[in-house]
Amino acid sequence: MQFWIVQTLNSLALGGLLFLLAAGFSLIFGLMRIANLTHGSLFMLGAYIGVSILKFVPNLWLAALLGGVAVAAFGGLLERLILRRLAGNVLGQVLVTLGVAYIIADLCLMVWGGDPIPVPTPELLRQPIVIGGVAFPSYRLVVVGIAIITAIALYLLMERTRLGAMIRAGVDDMQMARAVGIPVSRLFTIVFCLGSALAGAGGIIGGPILSAYPGLDFDMLPLALIVVILGGVGSLLGAFVGSFIIGAIYTFGTALLPGLAYVILFLPMIFVIAFRPRGLFGKVTT
Amino acid sequence: MSRVAWLALLAVLLAGFPWIAGEFYVNLTSQIFIAAIFAASLNLLVGYGGLPSLGHAAFLGMAAYLSALLYLKLGLGHWITAPIVLAATTLMACVFGWIALRATGLSFLMLTLALSQVLWGTAYRWVAVTEGDNGLRGLTRPAPFGISLDDPAAFYYFTLAITVLAIWIMARFVGSSFGAALRGTRDQPRRMSALGHNVWLIRWITFVYAGFWGAVSGLLFVYYNKYIHPASLSLTSSAEGLLGVIAGGSGTLAGPIVGAALVMILKNYVSAYIERWNMLLGFVFVMIVIFMPDGLVPGIRRLWARWKAK
Repeated sequence: MQFWIVQTLNSLALGGLLFLLAAGFSLIFGLMRIANLTHGSLFMLGAYIGVSILKFVPNLWLAALLGGVAVAAFGGLLERLILRRLAGNVLGQVLVTLGVAYIIADLCLMVWGGDPIPVPTPELLRQPIVIGGVAFPSYRLVVVGIAIITAIALYLLMERTRLGAMIRAGVDDMQMARAVGIPVSRLFTIVFCLGSALAGAGGIIGGPILSAYPGLDFDMLPLALIVVILGGVGSLLGAFVGSFIIGAIYTFGTALLPGLAYVILFLPMIFVIAFRPRGLFGKVTT
Repeated sequence: MSRVAWLALLAVLLAGFPWIAGEFYVNLTSQIFIAAIFAASLNLLVGYGGLPSLGHAAFLGMAAYLSALLYLKLGLGHWITAPIVLAATTLMACVFGWIALRATGLSFLMLTLALSQVLWGTAYRWVAVTEGDNGLRGLTRPAPFGISLDDPAAFYYFTLAITVLAIWIMARFVGSSFGAALRGTRDQPRRMSALGHNVWLIRWITFVYAGFWGAVSGLLFVYYNKYIHPASLSLTSSAEGLLGVIAGGSGTLAGPIVGAALVMILKNYVSAYIERWNMLLGFVFVMIVIFMPDGLVPGIRRLWARWKAK
């Protein structure tokens, strides 16, 4: 019983973290048509920056906020200085984002070393919550909560604000959006910063569960990728549902069939693609 | 000089190379040949088909692993394993192509990446079969007609022969009417469709064909290294191939060969002097894409034309 509860919570927490990562990835993909292969690296960079911030400010949430802002600034620079020059050049963008991912990975290795750095769980959340004799790890519950709150906030941003309406217009038909005077190019930067911030903050929030280690970037990137393929490109709901599906499959797959976890992970994606190429909730086909 | 004279000079240089160069360079050149076949096969998809694949290492790695496993687990000889490996990997390309070609463009790219990640993850985690991170050791090189390929020069000539053959056949493929149709599906898929061509089928056949040559490079790769590690299946491995194609010039015949040589030389030569190889590789990616978006071969051709015009 305890096994199933712990694994279920683990899978929910991983799903929550994946959502923080995949939501930005999906928005960037949907609006800018860029497969941002640095996205896993931004997550890792966030985790490492968070580790350093925690040395000065012993508060995980503040570290997540500051780290998110720092990673957002980095993402903004990346978009403005490099990706902007490569508009429409799909392969160029892919290789550049991958190149930047290698640079980030090596920089992190240089600065923070090769050993995994554990991130302490906030004091208040160390004790598991015990209900009816069964212990629930409380930090994981909080992570799920954060993901749900973020999802609601993003939903409101996209559906209820002017900015969200402009982004949706850009995703649906960029040329038309430009023609009616929407500053699509500024939207690109905003969305890229927003996605980077979510990934960076996600890295720190995930710290107590995953810790910060070299290779975290390319452990997370494929997961974000499948979430987006499964859920549908540019769809927030797709990213949300996809994250929890993949979180569950990956966690239970690793626990029950460690050798084949990766195969099991990719099977639903391949299945969905075979019958519904645009993903569960996708509107756009690329 | 005429084109024939250039080719003759190149042939003499390549044939005489092991006599003038040391073992290190002979081995490096053999590796360049293998990378060139890999990049050239990827170029069929990327350059001529307009299909950006980021999972081509799947074929190289699958062929290498299969060859290693058939030898280690079943003790089969190279004459039997090579055809089995090529057939099985090509079959896998049939399935992968069917899945990945549900989409085009970026979604195709993500699907190819995802599919190759399945193999990479399996090679890493399925320790009982693949030895995981330790890789598979204790492999041998084949000895065609009784000539051992353990000698660097012998392996060089073996690889050279296969590379020349592979590039020639791929050039024939590109030059054929099928190749013209393929370029048509890259530039104007709807018109091609309207003209009665089966765009999907053309792409699928190309995918399978590229997968076959990827498998050939995989066999040579495992012969050369006598060792196989999951890293050969990784995203980095696919991306290095793609970088070779782009750096050299996608959609040209010589481009991937030049590009593969560039990447290989950087990797083997520069990494001996610079510790931070990954960072350098990253910078090379960024620099090539920003400053040489068309690749070396078209860029040099343009410079050459400008210089001649003066």
